[in-house]
Amino acid sequence: MKPLLEIRNLHATVDGTEILRGLDLTVNAGEVHAIMGPNGSGKSTLAHVLAGREDYEVTDGEVLYRGRDLLDMEPEDRAREGVFLAFQYPVEIPGVNNAYLLKAALNAVRTARGEPEIDAIDFLKLVRSKMSLMQMDQSFLNRGVNEGFSGGEKKRNEILQMSVLEPELCLLDETDSGLDIDALKVVAGGVNSLRTPDRAIVMVTHYQRLLDYIEPDAVHVLSRGRIVRSGDKNLALELEERGYDWLREAANA
Amino acid sequence: MATKSTDVETLVKSKYRHGFYTDIEADTVPPGLSEEVIAMISAKKDEPEWMLEWRLQAYRHWLKMREPDWAHVQHPPIDFQAISYFSAPKSDADRPKSLDEVDPKLLETYDKLGIPLHERARLAGVAVDAVFDSVSVTTTFKEKLSEAGVIFCSFSEAIQEHPELVRRYLGSVVPRRDNFFAALNSAVFTDGSFVYVPKGVRCPMELSTYFRINAANTGQFERTLIVAEEGSHVSYLEGCTAPMRDENQLHAAVVELVAMKDAEIKYSTVQNWYPGDENGKGGIYNFVTKRGDCRGDDSKISWTQVETGSAITWKYPSCVLRGDRSVGEFYSVAVTNNLQQADTGTKMIHIGKDTSSTIVSKGISAGRAQQAYRGLVRVMPGAQKARNYTQCDSLLIGKECGAHTFPYVEVKNPSAQVEHEATTSKIGEDQLFYCRQRGISEEDAVNLIVNGFCKEVFKELPMEFAVEAQALLNVSLEGAVG
Repeated sequence: MKPLLEIRNLHATVDGTEILRGLDLTVNAGEVHAIMGPNGSGKSTLAHVLAGREDYEVTDGEVLYRGRDLLDMEPEDRAREGVFLAFQYPVEIPGVNNAYLLKAALNAVRTARGEPEIDAIDFLKLVRSKMSLMQMDQSFLNRGVNEGFSGGEKKRNEILQMSVLEPELCLLDETDSGLDIDALKVVAGGVNSLRTPDRAIVMVTHYQRLLDYIEPDAVHVLSRGRIVRSGDKNLALELEERGYDWLREAANA
Repeated sequence: MATKSTDVETLVKSKYRHGFYTDIEADTVPPGLSEEVIAMISAKKDEPEWMLEWRLQAYRHWLKMREPDWAHVQHPPIDFQAISYFSAPKSDADRPKSLDEVDPKLLETYDKLGIPLHERARLAGVAVDAVFDSVSVTTTFKEKLSEAGVIFCSFSEAIQEHPELVRRYLGSVVPRRDNFFAALNSAVFTDGSFVYVPKGVRCPMELSTYFRINAANTGQFERTLIVAEEGSHVSYLEGCTAPMRDENQLHAAVVELVAMKDAEIKYSTVQNWYPGDENGKGGIYNFVTKRGDCRGDDSKISWTQVETGSAITWKYPSCVLRGDRSVGEFYSVAVTNNLQQADTGTKMIHIGKDTSSTIVSKGISAGRAQQAYRGLVRVMPGAQKARNYTQCDSLLIGKECGAHTFPYVEVKNPSAQVEHEATTSKIGEDQLFYCRQRGISEEDAVNLIVNGFCKEVFKELPMEFAVEAQALLNVSLEGAVG
């Protein structure tokens, strides 16, 4: 099988400090990978580097997405090619209608795929069906992007966008943080509905809890900018029990 | 996030899209200002004696005045003797009676600006009094308006046809001696628009004037006077763009609004004069006095402006809330890019009881531009229970621009309620990245964010104007990310 995402020896710095130090990861279509690790291990940096955030400087290594050099692409082009990042802290854009942003995003993706722009009626139909899946009130559509949303509402909104845009590579950055258990179930349901054989999901998380609801095919532990251990879902349970310290020591050794 | 500065610079450097000028022979008075020149202007326009006398008095007073220096703007001294004070299309003698008679080149100019005059007028039901340089060239929909009893004509025509109205109201809101530039305008104004809405009449259409500055080195001194009699209602739109120029052009307009009892005037402006190039060369100096007088009880005056042009803007559309329960509103979006400077805001003078005013000002600065909000809320001793709400937001794009806020509040009546809210934010790098991560280009993302920021003001504009304003904003800020 041809991998969807191949990361080789990735090094990245922020403000001159090296955060990723030779990271390797291969993700195939149809798989769900969980990236776990202590605070500061580089989990979020990885997600942002893949999405193209420009204050992260890649100093070495390569990332192939569907065989193409991902690092060479502008953030918007990555998005149009099917890379989606569900943010840990989705930003508020006051005055910009939620529906408007989503429609602009969808049309950007559709145009890149060579499809015609969606008309307003089909768009509403599509969004409404996805919203009911996410148990979101219709009034969200007419509110400003994330404006005055609670933490949980913001996370739901991210997954709503993801399910409307139907990306090939879904990157979830601490999507479970700040969610109560009911919201977590809804969000997990949304993510699970996107599990298809031609799509991959990479989720960055601090806690094992999320994995109770979204069962991963692989679990990786990130420490000091490198994957120090990979395994199946049982690895996450082991981490839950033992914490990260024993792995950190292993990495230092 | 450090958005690549090279990209940003390329985008910021996008040229003024309306940079062209029409080659029409202009009948221009030689540069300089004197009583003779004023007499010449007055004679060219075949004005009555009282009008000339009014101008001369303004001029004599102006000579004693000093150019104001308190605004937060910088420019080389203006040589008022180097300016030519009158310019009219050559065909002045035989003015076109209809659009068919209008110089095709002029119509072409409007087309370039995306203002298909005839189409727009017919389809949108807008009467257009197009001011090309200083003389009104064409006025449409006169008949429909006159059926309703509404007078909408060029100022020159009003002096000829309705001298009693002009004499009664001219200078009654902005006196000749009001300020340096208003005095100058009073002395040399060449044309503009006149609107009179009789008692109880709701103007059947939006009135619209497109201004254009054309002849080189010609000061533009427009004069607009709108009178809304008791219980009447009128909405007036003013929009302008200018061709590319090397010399700085001075523009000192005066707009006077009079709202009698129960009357309402809505005045909307989209201003897009040439702002100068990326090095600050050229561009219009826009020193404008706009004031509305809520003369009667329960009257309302609302200013909405979208200001994207001019090298320097100095402009404070104001409301004098004289009548009890009268209402003043000011909604403004001002955009400055490159080396543009703007010192703009409003004045709300509460005189009557239970008067209320709302100020919503949105300032956007990009490039190396400097922008100041300067607002005055004054509550006079007799203004029982006056209320004001002021919201003043600034958005900065890039690191080299500046925003300044000078809110003045003077309350002389203890029952007044005055609220002021102000924010300054940078266009979020997080916001930009968020949009781009959703597949939206950087440029579209900026437009999206800026339009969201300005939404409260845009919704006050008449529909078609709002669309135009949004497009204009996008052009003005093309790629101004940093």
